[in-house]
Amino acid sequence: MRIGVPRESRPGERRVAATPKTVEQLEALGYAVFVESGAGAEASYDDGAYERAGADIVDEAVWNADVILKINAPSAEEVARLRSGQTLISLLAPALNPDLVADLSARGVTALAMDAVPRISRAQALDVLSSMANLGGYRAVIEAANEYGGMFTGQVTAAGKMPPAKVLVVGAGVAGLAAIGAANSLGAIVRAFDARPEVAEQVESMGAEFLRIDVKTEVSTDGYAKEMGEDFNAKAAELYAAQAKDVDIIVTTALIPGKPAPRLITEEMVASMKPGSVVVDMAASNGGNVAGSVVDQRVVTENGVTILGYSDLPGRLPTQASQLFGTNLVNLLKLLTPEKDGELTLDFEDVVQRGVTVVHEGKVMWPPPPVQVSAAPTAGAAAAAASPAAYAKPEKKPMSAGTRLALLGAAAVGFLLVSAFSPEPFLGHFMVFMLSVVIGFYVIGNVHHALHTPLMSVTNAISGIIVVGALLQVGHQGHIWISVLAFIGILVASINVFGGFTVTARMLEMFKREEVKR
Amino acid sequence: MTLSLTLVQGAYIVAGLLFILALAGLSRHETARAGNRYGVIGMGIALVITVLAAVGGIDAAPLGKGGPDRAGSGALGLGLIVAAMAIGAAIGIWRAKRVEMTGMPELIALLHSFVGLAAVLVGWNSSYEVAAYPKIHDIEVFVGVFIGAVTLTGSIVAYLKLSAKIKSAPLVLPARHALNLGIIVTFVVMTIAYVVTPHSSMGVRQGLLGVMTLLALFLGWHLVMSIGGGDMPVVVSMLNSYSGWAAAAAGFLLGNDLLIITGALVGSSGAYLSYIMCRAMNRSFISVIAGGFGVEAGTSSGDTDYGEHREITAEGAAALLGDARSVVITPGYGMATAQAQYAVADLTRRLRDRGVNVRFGIHPVAGRLPGHMNVLLAEAKVPYDIVLEMDEINDDLADTDVVLVIGANDTVNPAALDDPGSPIAGMPVLHVWEAKDVIVFKRSMATGYAGVQNPLFFKENSQMLFGDAKARVEDIIAAL
Repeated sequence: MRIGVPRESRPGERRVAATPKTVEQLEALGYAVFVESGAGAEASYDDGAYERAGADIVDEAVWNADVILKINAPSAEEVARLRSGQTLISLLAPALNPDLVADLSARGVTALAMDAVPRISRAQALDVLSSMANLGGYRAVIEAANEYGGMFTGQVTAAGKMPPAKVLVVGAGVAGLAAIGAANSLGAIVRAFDARPEVAEQVESMGAEFLRIDVKTEVSTDGYAKEMGEDFNAKAAELYAAQAKDVDIIVTTALIPGKPAPRLITEEMVASMKPGSVVVDMAASNGGNVAGSVVDQRVVTENGVTILGYSDLPGRLPTQASQLFGTNLVNLLKLLTPEKDGELTLDFEDVVQRGVTVVHEGKVMWPPPPVQVSAAPTAGAAAAAASPAAYAKPEKKPMSAGTRLALLGAAAVGFLLVSAFSPEPFLGHFMVFMLSVVIGFYVIGNVHHALHTPLMSVTNAISGIIVVGALLQVGHQGHIWISVLAFIGILVASINVFGGFTVTARMLEMFKREEVKR
Repeated sequence: MTLSLTLVQGAYIVAGLLFILALAGLSRHETARAGNRYGVIGMGIALVITVLAAVGGIDAAPLGKGGPDRAGSGALGLGLIVAAMAIGAAIGIWRAKRVEMTGMPELIALLHSFVGLAAVLVGWNSSYEVAAYPKIHDIEVFVGVFIGAVTLTGSIVAYLKLSAKIKSAPLVLPARHALNLGIIVTFVVMTIAYVVTPHSSMGVRQGLLGVMTLLALFLGWHLVMSIGGGDMPVVVSMLNSYSGWAAAAAGFLLGNDLLIITGALVGSSGAYLSYIMCRAMNRSFISVIAGGFGVEAGTSSGDTDYGEHREITAEGAAALLGDARSVVITPGYGMATAQAQYAVADLTRRLRDRGVNVRFGIHPVAGRLPGHMNVLLAEAKVPYDIVLEMDEINDDLADTDVVLVIGANDTVNPAALDDPGSPIAGMPVLHVWEAKDVIVFKRSMATGYAGVQNPLFFKENSQMLFGDAKARVEDIIAAL
């Protein structure tokens, strides 16, 4: 089949749906790739590079291909160019654009939405929302740093002390975590908040402080945030208000799928921020988390706070973004081309393929049945259900002091009884035995873990001392087979003695060479 | 030539002291070789004195208590001793020189069985002696033979399992705990019967001793058969302990303090070592001694859907390693079976030359022998200051860029922490999944020795590198 990669028509879009590298991968899957002239120019991929990778450079004819790869949803003119039987793969936002879905259905095409990939582990490799959010979060911090009048990192210099910038990241999804990482590596003090308390660990692992509020919330089952209760929202608002007065930079990334973005930062909060502070609203195109943010605009408030509402943050890294988007597309096509024969097939048994399919040969397939995200949070529960016995197993209680004392007492009495009837030499031996047991415990107590094996082989050699017993028994008059048994005893115990010491010496020799070298 | 009893005992005290120094010396790298030498010297003194005493006889007169003099065994005895020791020494040294470091666990298990065999033989022999206190002596014979026989078959089974000559999966007989307990009760009953049977009825006594030996042999076989391959480090160190107790029992039997001291030292140190292992695996010590502890739960979540794993190529792994600042390698038994320690050491050297901070995280029960991984890495000349214990490395894993899991499985299984129904629940593990990337070297997706699926393989930050560990590590070195 032929794949067509047209030039993006949306104003300001600099990305492209295939790079020379992904073109090679697509060809390897058996497809013939056609790239519209100049498609990659803004992303620093020229036509020649595509040609060298094996693509054919064409003009408008690119729309005749069997499969169209795009970044953005097609415009009205582009929809008009589609014909029945074609497959379109791009961002579609089907939940927000019912008209587009209807139009695509009317054209009789098959449309796959890259932004409808279910969030399961297996589908990570084709999740453009993740890959783009990652870039977006990074770029949001870079944009903020560009607007901010200070340094991110704190220093003490001869010319005075520079305080580090304080950054608040709201929403710790992929974008939020990327923003935390970027701000942290620039040297800022980073705090983060998310409605899902279970992400605290991830936030802390990226080097930020996770702000907590004291409200119970439920664990998300689909990997996305949900709308929250009023109590929670009130507490969260208090937190934002307090933080707004303190921090220099706020990056908001809070999105709820299929719904307008929640308004988190109010006008009063923005007004309470220090002049020169910067707010980046990564949700601006979905309605905005911040009061006063305008899509794709830089707004400066009366008190000197800059609000950035750029919706094309990933697109501001066009080279890298194209590569990632292109790779996500390749990974989807790998899934759809199991035979690597260049024939695209759809298998609706597979939740990933079912999930991305918005229109199939003119038939609207949206919305797909809900998908339970990987086993990660449910595995424990499932396992527990599968083995109630394991749960029901009573915890072993440590012995109570009384029981222990009683046992010790009983043992002591028992021993005294035995010793009362024992011959004297036995008790003498027993004394030696007891003391040696205690010494054994203490001598071994602080052995270095690396030496466990040599220790074991040396104790093994030493326990070959049992040869002494056999030595004293061999060769006497009387039963001939006592001597025979003792002979065998000496033989095997000697193997132990000599073998054990030799192998210990050999092992220790290896440790030694290293010491000399060091 | 007759030796005085006091001289013999004095020599035994010196030898006993040297053995204590040997064990103490082996607890640190700096003194380990001196420790081994103390052991050799102590053993030499004990052997020379004993051989002289055995051949020349012992004169108990200086003790003043009229203790039994011992006649020497003379030229015949000397001949037999020299022949037996020469053969034994030749076999022992030959095996010890030839053994691969990866084959260490098998060798040690086999050596344990020899101690057990010697204890059984010594016990049988001394059952014919006429002792001053026949009742205590009879009990000592029984105890000595019992422990020796358990050690003998237990060690042989351990050897067979470790060398993969039999399947390492645990054998589960019905009512196995009742079986073990029954044997022990029978043993006690038979001991009493043996003590009350008069020495004149030799046939009955031999019969009792014979049946008891067979029972003990069966018990040893059954104890270790019912323990899975993954728990072998504990088993080996437990058998080490048993072999010590067997020697101590023989010491009581012969009234020989040197045997008692040595046996008790080895027995208690082995028991303590097993206790450390047990703690590392979150097992109760008692249930280890009782055997069959590895299969308590074993039913959990076999069919849980963990999602899918992702594969990585050696080139991809090399790229990840090339960009990493810190790398932690967690080896397991798979590294030993693949003989990959030299390749791993080479990789370590190359990465360190590039300024990468490479360290090793060793789980206490990695491998089939306590300290097994350390020996292999030392063999391949990995500096031991970068080889860290689980507790030393666990907190650093979150700051680590890449973790290479080479042939380890259960020791890096997050289910031990997350899944209360898992058979390994509660066992401390290496938290490798906290690192940025995890590369798992594995032959296939098969489960580890505990038979548990490992959710680590399906984590988003882990990638599988299938194939022979040694070959794959060499591929990575080539790609670097």
